[in-house]
Amino acid sequence: MRGLGIIDRKGAVFLAIVLGAAVLVPASNLGLAETNPLHVSDYLVPLLGKYVCYALLAVAVDLVWGYCGVLSLGHGAFFALGGYAMGMYLMRQIGPRGVYGNPVLPDFMVFLNYKELPWFWWGFDVFPFALLMVFLVPGALAFLFGWFAFRSRVTGVYLSIITQAMTFALMLAFFRNDMGFGGNNGLTDFKDILGFSISADGTRTALFAASALALAGGYLVCRALVTSKYGKVLVAVRDAESRTRFLGYRVENYKLLCWVVSAMLAGLAGALYVPQVGIINPGEFAPANSIEMVIWVAVGGRGTLVGAALGALIVNAGKTWFTGMLPEAWLFALGALFVLVTLFLPRGVLGLWASLTEGRRKTTAPAPPAMPAAKPAE
Amino acid sequence: MLELLGRAAKGLGVLAATAALAGTIGTASAQETIKVGILHSLSGTMAISETTLKNVMLMLIEEQNKKGGLLGKKLEAVVVDPASNWPLFAEKARELITKDKVAAVFGCWTSVSRKSVLPVFKELNSILFYPVQYEGEESERNVFYTGAAPNQQAIPAVDYLAKEEKVERWVLAGTDYVYPRTTNKILEAYLKYKGVKPEDIMINYTPFGQSDWQTIVADIKKFGSAGKKTAVVSTINGDANVPFYKELANQGIKATDIPVVAFSVGEEELAGMDTKPLVGHLAAWNYFESIKTPENDAFIKQWQAFMKNPKAVTNDPMEAHYIGFNMWVQAVTKAGTTDPDKVIATLPGTKQPNLTGGVSEMLANHHITKPVYIGEIEENGQFDVVWKTENLIPGEAWSKQLEGSKDLVADWVQLNCGNYDSVKKTCLGSVTK
Amino acid sequence: MNDQASQPFSRTHCEKPKDCARTARSARRLLGYVFLLAALTFLSGVQPAAIGAASAQPASAPLAGADLAPALALLGTDSYGDTDAALGRLAVSTNTRAADIVEAIRDGRLLFDPQSKAVFLRMPDGAVTDAATGAAVGAPPAGLRPVRVNNRVRRAIDAAAGALALLSPDNQKRLAAAAAVFKSRDVSALPILDAALAKEGDPKVKTALEQARAAIIVASQSVSEPERVSAARLIAARGDQDALAILSSLPPNSPDAVKAAAADGIEAINRSLAMWAVAQNVWYGLSLGSVLLLAAIGLAITFGVMGVINMAHGEMVMLGAYTTYVVQEIIRTSAPFLFGWSLAIALPLAFLFTAIVGIIIERTVIRFLYGRPLETLLATWGISLILQQAVRSVFGPTNKEVGAPSWMSGAFDIGQMSITYNRLWIIVFSLLVFFALLLVLKRTALGLYVRAVTQNRRMAGAMGIRTGRIDALTFGLGSGIAGIAGVALSQIDNVSPNLGQGYIIDSFMVVVFGGVGNLWGTLVAAFGLGVANKLLEPFAGAVLGKILILVLIILFIQKRPRGLFALKGRAVEA
Repeated sequence: MRGLGIIDRKGAVFLAIVLGAAVLVPASNLGLAETNPLHVSDYLVPLLGKYVCYALLAVAVDLVWGYCGVLSLGHGAFFALGGYAMGMYLMRQIGPRGVYGNPVLPDFMVFLNYKELPWFWWGFDVFPFALLMVFLVPGALAFLFGWFAFRSRVTGVYLSIITQAMTFALMLAFFRNDMGFGGNNGLTDFKDILGFSISADGTRTALFAASALALAGGYLVCRALVTSKYGKVLVAVRDAESRTRFLGYRVENYKLLCWVVSAMLAGLAGALYVPQVGIINPGEFAPANSIEMVIWVAVGGRGTLVGAALGALIVNAGKTWFTGMLPEAWLFALGALFVLVTLFLPRGVLGLWASLTEGRRKTTAPAPPAMPAAKPAE
Repeated sequence: MLELLGRAAKGLGVLAATAALAGTIGTASAQETIKVGILHSLSGTMAISETTLKNVMLMLIEEQNKKGGLLGKKLEAVVVDPASNWPLFAEKARELITKDKVAAVFGCWTSVSRKSVLPVFKELNSILFYPVQYEGEESERNVFYTGAAPNQQAIPAVDYLAKEEKVERWVLAGTDYVYPRTTNKILEAYLKYKGVKPEDIMINYTPFGQSDWQTIVADIKKFGSAGKKTAVVSTINGDANVPFYKELANQGIKATDIPVVAFSVGEEELAGMDTKPLVGHLAAWNYFESIKTPENDAFIKQWQAFMKNPKAVTNDPMEAHYIGFNMWVQAVTKAGTTDPDKVIATLPGTKQPNLTGGVSEMLANHHITKPVYIGEIEENGQFDVVWKTENLIPGEAWSKQLEGSKDLVADWVQLNCGNYDSVKKTCLGSVTK
Repeated sequence: MNDQASQPFSRTHCEKPKDCARTARSARRLLGYVFLLAALTFLSGVQPAAIGAASAQPASAPLAGADLAPALALLGTDSYGDTDAALGRLAVSTNTRAADIVEAIRDGRLLFDPQSKAVFLRMPDGAVTDAATGAAVGAPPAGLRPVRVNNRVRRAIDAAAGALALLSPDNQKRLAAAAAVFKSRDVSALPILDAALAKEGDPKVKTALEQARAAIIVASQSVSEPERVSAARLIAARGDQDALAILSSLPPNSPDAVKAAAADGIEAINRSLAMWAVAQNVWYGLSLGSVLLLAAIGLAITFGVMGVINMAHGEMVMLGAYTTYVVQEIIRTSAPFLFGWSLAIALPLAFLFTAIVGIIIERTVIRFLYGRPLETLLATWGISLILQQAVRSVFGPTNKEVGAPSWMSGAFDIGQMSITYNRLWIIVFSLLVFFALLLVLKRTALGLYVRAVTQNRRMAGAMGIRTGRIDALTFGLGSGIAGIAGVALSQIDNVSPNLGQGYIIDSFMVVVFGGVGNLWGTLVAAFGLGVANKLLEPFAGAVLGKILILVLIILFIQKRPRGLFALKGRAVEA
């Protein structure tokens, strides 16, 4: 049964949790009384939704880093582009309810004296088109970038740095008010999505459920990729690119597919993220954000997909908790977490879990294949 | 398959426990206090400006508690760190309002952080006091703007330069974001209205954190040598100011040649600079530490004692928080409750003596009246007030100079609308599709 | 604070480009005493005004009398306009006390009584004297306030002090005075100017005086047309921005001949300035490049040579800058006379401090991560967060003031190109650091070991090199160099906890663009990117220029996937 073959034990648990959350969180938020200890508060729903989006993003990063050996320090760019595509749709949905009451132009355009909608905003009032762009724009950028970079055999740290240059350049560009994307203020003050008010509890929970489903779907796509024959070659590329090439594989094509799929997943994560946090701004392109995404993956465990999602959840939940509890010292805690994880959990939190259970189960089940030692940046 | 289901059930249990745990965090505090949220970045790029505002709020709350608190209850400050991250601002605002149940929030610095939290305050119907000079073009029911609107800072400064320094040629230099863009648009329109020719206005935008100013300062120098008296109106933000002023000094642009008037450089920024080369450059604010009044002296003394630092300086946004906090205290006392609707209704009309000897009033458009001062930088890092307005200027939410907003009126008392079109006689944006 | 540090900037900057190049240093030292000497001149019996009166053109305005009363009366009103007018009178006063009073206004020592409007002068030693007579006042009235100064008044002070110093026996002072008059173009200074010209012997000062005179008369209605035309030509010969300013601001009712002469001058000046502008941009580029080089050079060791993706590099730079701040604070409070040396003292301390921090980081964290470079990214990112927050906790989040010693302030000109001292020194310094580092790596035993360990760790270990020690020392070296870069960068940028964040991305770009592991590549990349950026900036603007550079880097890496100077051989694929 090929369909289930792509799901291993870890994956099953993961999918059960994610899909369970997709059902239970909305049910608890809408169905249970606020006093019930199992009630998920209105504050928590968008927060969990944000974590789930980050988890999807981390899965996307892990696909290229963990299985293809491409360390992207620019995945924030794809995430943000997906977010902007969704943000543009949401801006158009505001319609005449902006502060200037202009039925077509978003507020920031009115006040920058735009007379008509720029061409690149056309069509974004139609949801299917916007959704298409959520995938197409990051995908196209990834294709263009990857097509050149992989063909030129840019690898390792050189590739990492130019991905960083890419997201940095995009950040500077989007900060420019002349670009027509709202500059530093970005896109905000959304009213509704698909006709539902964005601040209604029902919409929030639906968005959460959609994000959870997207995470599950994204995970399945990645699993399908990496467990297929294609995935085996991908791992070969990661571990010995030159040898794989000498064996006759078109390495660049394998990398390119993986790269574009990953970018599209990142774009989807961004698109789901924007309506839940309520703002998209060029800060999402900041290189530091992209570095952080890599760190989530490393914390959770590289090359496991599930670990990436787990890492995103741990780091971001930690951030939320620390910034509220220890506003003056949370950076110490976060910094220490990164250092300690690297030193003591080289395979991430999931690796720790694996090595704990490994000993116990040694006699009954075959040990899961040890994760290959993280490869140097070449 | 059974095993899978079993594992799944286990996973769900973990999830539920996590959710329950997360839900209980931070709700343990006692109910007899009134909580006040402080939403200022303590890390990241904006920590440099915002940390002081967090401290001043802590001081004001401590002071109020010494006076017996509010409505017979003690005030309790809830500090969170939105870390200069704009989506995090919205998230933390939601946390403060729903989880901590704060009565009001004092916070934000950048426009984007305010824009980010706006929908949250509207949705959850809470109160935000925003203490920083900003670009205007906004008036929200849930927000009270205690910083300067453009007509309370930019326009008087330009008037001063034109009159006192006989400036005829203008460089409008700013960081590329919405506050400088809007301010410069307003100024450009205003200058042209005053008869300045387009070729005598140079507008320049730089990215955030610009650190290499050589070319731009050289351009300014060149622009300034066309034989007409030239001045720079600077809306350069934050960290970029230090290298900018250093470059000005090094290229030998003195205040007597080309004065720079800044809207974002105050005492706190000067504390991080060598001010000797900057003597004579100007700033326009509604408050200067050097202004001698009994209120201000007491405030400075209290601040330095609170910070345990005799060199701690005060600045304009701190005064804005001082005014805003005291107005809120008055309004809560008058309303007899912290219920946001009642407090919002009570606030307009509240009068509070500011630190410079006047009495500021909260207006129906949720902006306040403020005096405008122009100060020249002195060697000791303070400002010497060289000009001030005779009366307090009421803040205008909507600029008369901008095409899109000249007909708009904000009035939350009579019209109950932040953007009323006085020509079409409608409250814009209220129409549903 | 010592006297070097407290020199107002106005005295350290040269307004007269050509002469400045040669005389900047001595002028700077001397200018500080301009006013004191001016006073002495008058007291020593030279009667400049009398000479001036004797040789003045008959057409010029008569000199004001010796009586200071009208000026002092204006000074007592506490109005900028009146102070301005009073200074105009003082500038042409023959009274020997005029210079003293002008100086006192500038220093905030001229006091007035808001009630009686009487004006007093506080001597530098604190004694209060009557401004008009100089007689000591036993019991000065209470509530005296200083006469206030704003930019308009400061300009008037400069003009008045210039006019008063025109007949000084000191060449440098006359030169500075001529420059001041050239700038103020104060018609009332014309008689003194003519008097000074008549007796001037020094050719350089004479030129300056003639130019100052030309600057006044070219716009004057009461001067004959040929004289104004030759004045315009004289100014055009200066060929600089100031000349351009004067020529392009002639009154609209000037005779056509004058306008034509000015137009010719403007065209010639613009032509030559356009050429100089290219040179100036290249200079800016070199300067930007030197900053990039400084920021990146430590990373070229920790990342380039050792392979550690060192995200805490920027924080090492920041720690170096804070070391400078601490050194300056200690000097300010306990040994102000050392201020001029503060940077020199901070350099070794910053190196040592950051090197030690680096060694600690290496020994406690990074040494467990060799062979797993990507994980060094994670760990060093954590370390950078901790260091930032630690500095924020200790020093607070605000910018700290790091002063510039006098030898790093100001500018001089080469032709029409302005060179600031701090940028010049930073370029020199960056090159010194670069070549010193090259020397260490290529010519010392440590350098040999470093190269051996990084090229083949096991082989080096087998040869008896203590690899652990070498790793620690190398990381310490890289961190130490980042620290001294921080000392230099504290001169041009903010000293705040965020300092390092601003440089980390650029640093990685430079090292990667140049080719990882190649120091020369880092050098060429830094200066190449700097110059390219500055040449693009005038056309594209600061933001687009930077975006273009990033796109260029991306495209360039496609062409040369291993940077400018790629390492060759098996090591590359390892």
